[in-house]
Amino acid sequence: MNKYSVHIHGWLLLLPAAALLALFTHFPAVATLYHSFFSNPRKGREAAWVGLENYRVMIDDPVFWQSFANNLWFALGTIPLSIALALLMAVWVNGRIAGKAFLRIAFFTPTVLPMIAVANIWLFFYTPQYGLLEQLTSLAGLPSHNWLGSRDTALACLVVVTIWKEAGFFMIFYLAALQGMSPNLAEAAAIEGAGRWYFFRRVTFPLLMPTTLFVLVNAVINSFRLVDHIVVMTRGGPDNVTSLLLYYIYDVGFKFWDLAYASALTMVLLALLGLLAIGQFVFLDKRTHYQ
Amino acid sequence: MNAAYRHDGYAHALETLGAWVLALLWIAPLIYAFWTAFHPPEFSTRFALSAPLTLVNFVNAWNAAPFARYFVNTIALVTMVLVGQLVICTLAAYAFARFAFFGRDLMFMLVLVQLMIMPDVMIVENYRTMNALGILDSIPAIGLPYMASAFGIFLLRQTFKTIPKELDEAARVEGASALQVLWKVYVPLARPTYLAYALVSVSYHWNNFLWPIIVTNSVSSRPLTVGLQIFSSTDQGIDWSIITAATLMTSAPLLLGFLLFQRQFVQSFMRAGIR
Repeated sequence: MNKYSVHIHGWLLLLPAAALLALFTHFPAVATLYHSFFSNPRKGREAAWVGLENYRVMIDDPVFWQSFANNLWFALGTIPLSIALALLMAVWVNGRIAGKAFLRIAFFTPTVLPMIAVANIWLFFYTPQYGLLEQLTSLAGLPSHNWLGSRDTALACLVVVTIWKEAGFFMIFYLAALQGMSPNLAEAAAIEGAGRWYFFRRVTFPLLMPTTLFVLVNAVINSFRLVDHIVVMTRGGPDNVTSLLLYYIYDVGFKFWDLAYASALTMVLLALLGLLAIGQFVFLDKRTHYQ
Repeated sequence: MNAAYRHDGYAHALETLGAWVLALLWIAPLIYAFWTAFHPPEFSTRFALSAPLTLVNFVNAWNAAPFARYFVNTIALVTMVLVGQLVICTLAAYAFARFAFFGRDLMFMLVLVQLMIMPDVMIVENYRTMNALGILDSIPAIGLPYMASAFGIFLLRQTFKTIPKELDEAARVEGASALQVLWKVYVPLARPTYLAYALVSVSYHWNNFLWPIIVTNSVSSRPLTVGLQIFSSTDQGIDWSIITAATLMTSAPLLLGFLLFQRQFVQSFMRAGIR
């Protein structure tokens, strides 16, 4: 091989992936910014440069701010609980427990099913009057409540569905990490007289830190990415209380066909994900201390 | 949780109980769906042991919408995406793992950008691109943004890097070209990674919804997820028996695959998760 062949080979092998990534990831990111400074083309009129007009509209748009706030609440509701449950499930399924195979399947099954399909099932579950939840609450003598139709409970209902869908997925990563841990640690700790909870708190949990960070990043991304169930269950309602950022982008872009404004909204989402990337970069440096 | 902490008496029994309660809660929605789908509509919200089993809901659902076509579309989509991903990611991963070409580290960073900014959030621009390419409402339009998968490249690169260089060099001495080495040495040794990635990819694209609903507009290109949504939101009013039957039908291949190969599934997701 001559001295250029390694460069030529490397680039030729990379070319298909690089071209597709450029077309569907890097170019769109830049084009989103560019298009966010233009108006929508109308009949007989080209898209015109409007500067920051779309962003000015956004600042005055109460639905945008509500979606933004909803998304933060959604993230706050789903992330800690799904991670905690995932860890609990993994610890259970990793130990000696009766019916381990069944437990593993039960926890993991929601992960492999389409969100759109399970959202239909949950919609039925939450249905007023004859849904399963209503039947249970009426058995307990509680008054009837429209779970998805009420401003107070709709977002919480979606949080529950998301946790249900995600926890089993995150459990897998914890399970992998737990199985990679040396049993000697537990034996040594037991001999030293450390209690089980103490051992978990001081040994297992710190050792799981890299996994927790990995799962955390995934959970944060998912909280900005998962909107399938909103399309099925609430369509952002009632009164936009379940509208999340990506759902609002979808609404603005593909129901009202205001693609210019949707581009400006997408910039907010990209900025949030960019911040997350930087945060992860900083954390990844720290993570090496645990290894 | 560990062998050393096995004998815990009451605490252990309590934990077992907790695990079982949680597991039953976790599959309750699914059991509920099965009940509704396999019983006549009058039993969809009433639980009685005498309720007769029936398949009529599935027959009605199948006849009420072009599900056969949706199945064909989804299978075509999933196959196309997987084959494209395997070829493209294998080539790129090989380049990153074994060729110290000019600009490699920068290019790798640019690839990793996609882990954070996924096609899922690029719906507006990708719609414009598909429109410009003139391929809106087609199956390739659904799959193209996902073909060059940063996740796949990353995963395969990690695997390729663990393969001893001596094997590579030995094949080179025999006169094999770069692509022959890839095909004869690297690909066979990375088989478990391929299986893991394939299972993750198939379940992701079988389930994908938001981008397909945006980019498709007709029966000839809609995948199952979109077909199910249109069916359950417009055609059926609130006939839950038929909707749940359709729901189970669309998830059945994945669910069956998962139950039959659950060990491989779990291990694949595990393998794919360890980066």
